Amino acid sequence: MSRFGTLPRRLGHLVLIAFGITLVTFFLLRLIPGDPALAILGTSYTHQRAEAIDLALGLNKPIWTQYVLFMGRLFRGNLGYSFFYSLPATTVIGQHLAPTVFLVIYAAVLAAAISLPLGFVSGLRRGGVVDQSTRVFFTVSFAMPAFWLGIILLIVFSVHLHVFPISGFGSGFAGHLYYLFLPALTIAVGFSTVLIRSLRAATIATLQAEFVDTARMKGISRAKVLRRHVFRNAVLAVVAVFGVNLAYLISGTVLVENVFSLPGLGSLLVNSVSNRDYPVVQGVTLLFALLIVAINLLTDLTQSALDPRVGQEIGE
Amino acid sequence: MSQAWATHPSQALLRVAERAAKRSRSTGRRRLVLISGLVMLGIAIAAILAAPLLSSYPPNALDVLHPLAPPLTPGHLLGTDQYGRDILARILYGGRIDLAIAFGATSVTLVFGTIVGIVAGYFGGWVDNLLMRIVDLFFAFPFLVLIIAIIAMLGPSIFNMFVAIWITSWVSYARIMRAQTVVAKKQQYVLAARTLGYGRVRVMLRHILPNTASAVIIFSMVDAIGNIILAASLGFLGLGAQPPTPEWGTMISDGQNYILSSWWLATLPGLAIVFVGVAFSLIGDGLADVLRPGER
Repeated sequence: MSRFGTLPRRLGHLVLIAFGITLVTFFLLRLIPGDPALAILGTSYTHQRAEAIDLALGLNKPIWTQYVLFMGRLFRGNLGYSFFYSLPATTVIGQHLAPTVFLVIYAAVLAAAISLPLGFVSGLRRGGVVDQSTRVFFTVSFAMPAFWLGIILLIVFSVHLHVFPISGFGSGFAGHLYYLFLPALTIAVGFSTVLIRSLRAATIATLQAEFVDTARMKGISRAKVLRRHVFRNAVLAVVAVFGVNLAYLISGTVLVENVFSLPGLGSLLVNSVSNRDYPVVQGVTLLFALLIVAINLLTDLTQSALDPRVGQEIGE
Repeated sequence: MSQAWATHPSQALLRVAERAAKRSRSTGRRRLVLISGLVMLGIAIAAILAAPLLSSYPPNALDVLHPLAPPLTPGHLLGTDQYGRDILARILYGGRIDLAIAFGATSVTLVFGTIVGIVAGYFGGWVDNLLMRIVDLFFAFPFLVLIIAIIAMLGPSIFNMFVAIWITSWVSYARIMRAQTVVAKKQQYVLAARTLGYGRVRVMLRHILPNTASAVIIFSMVDAIGNIILAASLGFLGLGAQPPTPEWGTMISDGQNYILSSWWLATLPGLAIVFVGVAFSLIGDGLADVLRPGER
């Protein structure tokens, strides 16, 4: 079997998922009870305005025509019109993209910096001080809501110690790094729980592998075996977990942006709910889901590039 | 199916629970985890049910003379909020919503997801394919974002929060149960039951389900924590319980405006969430030990 033997099948699968995602986001609008135009307009409802909205949303056409139109607009990069901002939804979403992307990457980097040493050492010295204390801390943090942890960090580091700002996005790269440290840390702590656990397990499993014994028997030093043989293989197992859990990172972002008043997609999503700005809600949902599909594809590719065995085990 | 999709955190956490079971040494110690979790949850439920006995204040009673009183103030053990409402009373009454979600949302999705999973795994073929593609589709969305989108369309309320969780959360159970069923289907006892001419429903309910249910039951404890955090998160975002209804998330959200002067408003309801969360977590670990002793 070739190195990328199952890749075309996986690609096909992802295309199918992406198609399904458009179907789900399309039908989201159908969940609005009663008349969507009434829900959007509220007290400013007039017959003419309602007709204008029906026309803009395409609600006056049969449902399958609506879906075809929706897909047609989507391929042209049109997500509909935001009645609240009086702008195309894509423009509104574009304006809120940067803080979220920055925050997600920042949190992922911090999570890696926290998890790699802690997970590896926990696996090497099972039952040791690092292992025990890490496990207790992360068992408790698993039950902590991200937004609450964010507020606790605010109270400690911003209100009492005055180390970090209370809210805002900062300016310039260094400014962003400084202003977004607490938000990114909040997300990273939750994310680290899963990463540390899987790295710990992978390290323990790798230590028992025969190639580790072989390397030691060839006379390679313990430190070198750990670095070159154990760590590399253990980290590989975590790459998959890392990719899949980006969905969790995004959920965390939605909450944390609201705690720290960051002008990102998460705040936009929540504000759009109260503004009844349905096209924006639809657009943000679609964007996040497609992003996750793309990242999953990247994870698959990274994995099979790092480890040629991966692609071959997969075919069910 | 790619490997990446199969290692969803739900399954990773399930494996962690199983591994924790193998790690524990003595039966007594294993039982202790389950019992301490049950005791903690019991305390929480008793306190919430006995709220009128434990606190002399109704949750929305205003004490205008003592707003923002710190904890340990005479008459207000955990202090008061900006309107002088007693925090202890609000935590006790507010827990009713969060625990209702933990049980009401989790049990429905547990049952429905288990049925879908066992049907998909047992029948295989196009039924399996169709059901699992639907499951994949739900997993493609960030969970919280999908929930928010559904609530956005239905309108923010506690009931719609339940509906959004019911629509989305069964998929984890379906995936876990399908994997268990596919394995069980090839076991001797299932073949024996089929050879005896038992109907499909009987084989699924009487033979496969009792032998595979432990996985979904253990996962449901993890899921219950997730649902409590979700309920609080939605309350915090203003998409779940609406003020002045006391709920842990809305209390934290209210309290965030006062973190400069009064830390207890936002901090204490969070501790209640952590307490209940740790209780469910211990029960999950303990159940993993008790229900799957063969896999140690």
